[in-house]
Amino acid sequence: YAWDANEEYLFKAMVAFAMRRYSSKSTTQISNVLLCNVTDRVSFWFVVTDSSKNVTTVPGSEVEAAIRMNRNRINNAFLLSDKTLQFLKITSTLSPPVEPSTPVWLIVFGVVLCLIVAGIVFLIVSGIQKHKKKKESTERENLEEKVEVTLENGIPCEALDLKAGHINGVFAADDDRFTSL
Amino acid sequence: LSATPETPKEDGRPKWDNKFQYILSCIGFAVGLGNVWRFPYLCQIHGGGAFLIPYFIALVFEGIPLLHLELALGQCLRKGSIGAWNTISPYLGGIGVGSWMVSILVSLFYNTVLTWVMWYFINSFQEPLPWSVCPLNENRTGFNEECYESTAVNYFWYRKTLNITPDIAESGTFQWWLILCLAACWAIVYLCTIRGIETTGKAIYVTAIFPYLVLTIFLIQGLTLPGATEGLIYLFTPKLNTLKNPRVWLDAATQIFFSLSLAFGGLIAFASYNPEKNDCEKDAVTVAIVNSMTSLYASIPVFSVLGFKATTAYWDCLDRNIIHIINEFDLPEESIMRQNYTSWISFLNSSYPEKIAGLKLKSCDLQEFLDQSVSGTGLAFIVFTQAIILMPGSQAWAILFFIMLFSLGLSSMFGNIEGVFTPLLELQILPKSAPKELLSGIICLISFLIALCFTLGSGSYWIDIFDRYAASVPLLVIAFFEVIGVVYIYKIKRFSEDVEWMTGRKLSLFWQITWRFISPLLLLIVFMAFVTLQMQKPPSYTAWNPKYEGFPMKEEKVYPPWVQAICVLLAALPCVCVPLVALFHLVKQKRRSKEPSLVPPEVSFCQGANS
Repeated sequence: YAWDANEEYLFKAMVAFAMRRYSSKSTTQISNVLLCNVTDRVSFWFVVTDSSKNVTTVPGSEVEAAIRMNRNRINNAFLLSDKTLQFLKITSTLSPPVEPSTPVWLIVFGVVLCLIVAGIVFLIVSGIQKHKKKKESTERENLEEKVEVTLENGIPCEALDLKAGHINGVFAADDDRFTSL
Repeated sequence: LSATPETPKEDGRPKWDNKFQYILSCIGFAVGLGNVWRFPYLCQIHGGGAFLIPYFIALVFEGIPLLHLELALGQCLRKGSIGAWNTISPYLGGIGVGSWMVSILVSLFYNTVLTWVMWYFINSFQEPLPWSVCPLNENRTGFNEECYESTAVNYFWYRKTLNITPDIAESGTFQWWLILCLAACWAIVYLCTIRGIETTGKAIYVTAIFPYLVLTIFLIQGLTLPGATEGLIYLFTPKLNTLKNPRVWLDAATQIFFSLSLAFGGLIAFASYNPEKNDCEKDAVTVAIVNSMTSLYASIPVFSVLGFKATTAYWDCLDRNIIHIINEFDLPEESIMRQNYTSWISFLNSSYPEKIAGLKLKSCDLQEFLDQSVSGTGLAFIVFTQAIILMPGSQAWAILFFIMLFSLGLSSMFGNIEGVFTPLLELQILPKSAPKELLSGIICLISFLIALCFTLGSGSYWIDIFDRYAASVPLLVIAFFEVIGVVYIYKIKRFSEDVEWMTGRKLSLFWQITWRFISPLLLLIVFMAFVTLQMQKPPSYTAWNPKYEGFPMKEEKVYPPWVQAICVLLAALPCVCVPLVALFHLVKQKRRSKEPSLVPPEVSFCQGANS
């Protein structure tokens, strides 16, 4: 927006407002605020007079304090910020950055760590289970091998057992040939 | 009971699920943080596009032959680094021990760098980003002094992250937040390497491919940023007269060598899990080319972003000057714009020279901003983070960037840990019944406890030392002995027959020439040049000292003697293993009064025999 007489009027009103709030006197009028040396840059000097004390100017420190107290309102009235509306000699007090009660990074870290620990526990447990299963299966394999070995020895054990119970017919049949005592 | 000759030998050795996993693991190991933050820097300071010439020459004559040698060796002998060299000849066992030591030292400090990356990652979830604003001082009248004099980004890195001490001799205290992140990083490494390649093989699909996705996203975003083209032109304009400087050739050779992660023993370990009949020649060429292409591909987004940052800084400089001039001359707003700044300045200088001189305007030169080149951690944690603040949606970009760095580093860590894990597994430190998970757990726990030193205030100075001394000279020495050992002691004739048996075709003349003469010669030259350059001036470092007069410039300091002794120890310890082990075996043989035979019997270790 362009800076014209209306904006100047608003500025005077804001300064008067700031003075009233600061000193809680309701005597400051818009006519007490005087602007001078207005340039194209839109920079100017201003003074605040005190009509009750015979047209003397209010000391600069009071004006500074008043403006500092109401800086936010003045800025917002002009849709500007501390950087774009500069009062020379009035440094802005900086607002502290918002700090949450627990730092955000701790929360994220907690999440990451939980995931990692869950992963490790899962892998270790599955490793133990696999180990147990492998042990069982190797034991079973060992038993099977023994069974195989007995089969592969050429003569099946069952056959041997069967044969052990057989009577050798050759000798049994020749009982008569032997001389009876 | 006898196994039929056709069935593969069931030696219980783990193997890769498929060939792609193996190639991806090798690529992940080779492609690391250096591809992102060292190669673009070297390209920039050594004449842009012209640097690619010595780079590719070094790749063809040094990188690929050495890579092929290591992969063939591991595949043939099917053992980790210590076992492999012991098999070739007990006198050469020291090479394996040296590699193993370097892997340990590098794992220690590399994971601490990943700790920093993780710290930045978990801090990226805040609005606004913590490195974008300065904290207030005690009485809330202004910003913290240290932060105000340097920048918010510098402050966050040096104070909030490292809490750095002004001198390496002052150790400072443990930074508890870094300890937490270090524990998390080692836990992640344990999670991924818990069962050796069974688990890293699955993890590598993510950690090796994800960085390429993020690089592509950054590429697209980077190219749309203002000033990106200036950065790219600056990077790639070849300045051919820089090639006359031998430093350029040395940097190219060392960059290729360290970028491919040679002589760590990790590549030998990876290749040892391969089936025997595998084409290691094609693998080597593939891995080397992908690594170099990745470096080139990564430098494009890096330089787009750097160009954007330089342009923004240039515009800020101009804007500040414009505000000063407008305030001084009370000109209306927007009368001086960036475009007509130069004409205004010349007009005002001719009409009111004293006023202009009184303003003390800083000269704004885009070239000057582009020239501010940084490599290493400075690039990632200072320059890039500053650029990210300027991008819209900075949280998302920061998160993406740091996850990418983390995956790049993690896949390299897999190779490092494998270089430590496989030889220990073969040496059977633990009884056979003990699970593999226990060994990897012990390795990670011990490494975590030792790496706690790096979380002290002076930690980052020590990491620089490890980076400069433990991860440079010993690797060159070990690689040199590797080539000599294979070519002249194992005999190239036997080795070429082994490689023929593995790949199924005759070893081409190129490999014969490079293995026999060119690569060892290049390694020797690089080693001599490297050591000479290091010895030229006393080893010094730059310290961050808020009380220094030139602050925020870093203070140049010389290492105290005890630190210099540690540097020498770090560099010498892995190298000295090679002659020590040879000497040990010589003494052992002499005591048994046997004839010390350096040359092992004329039997190949690959074909058929798995004794």
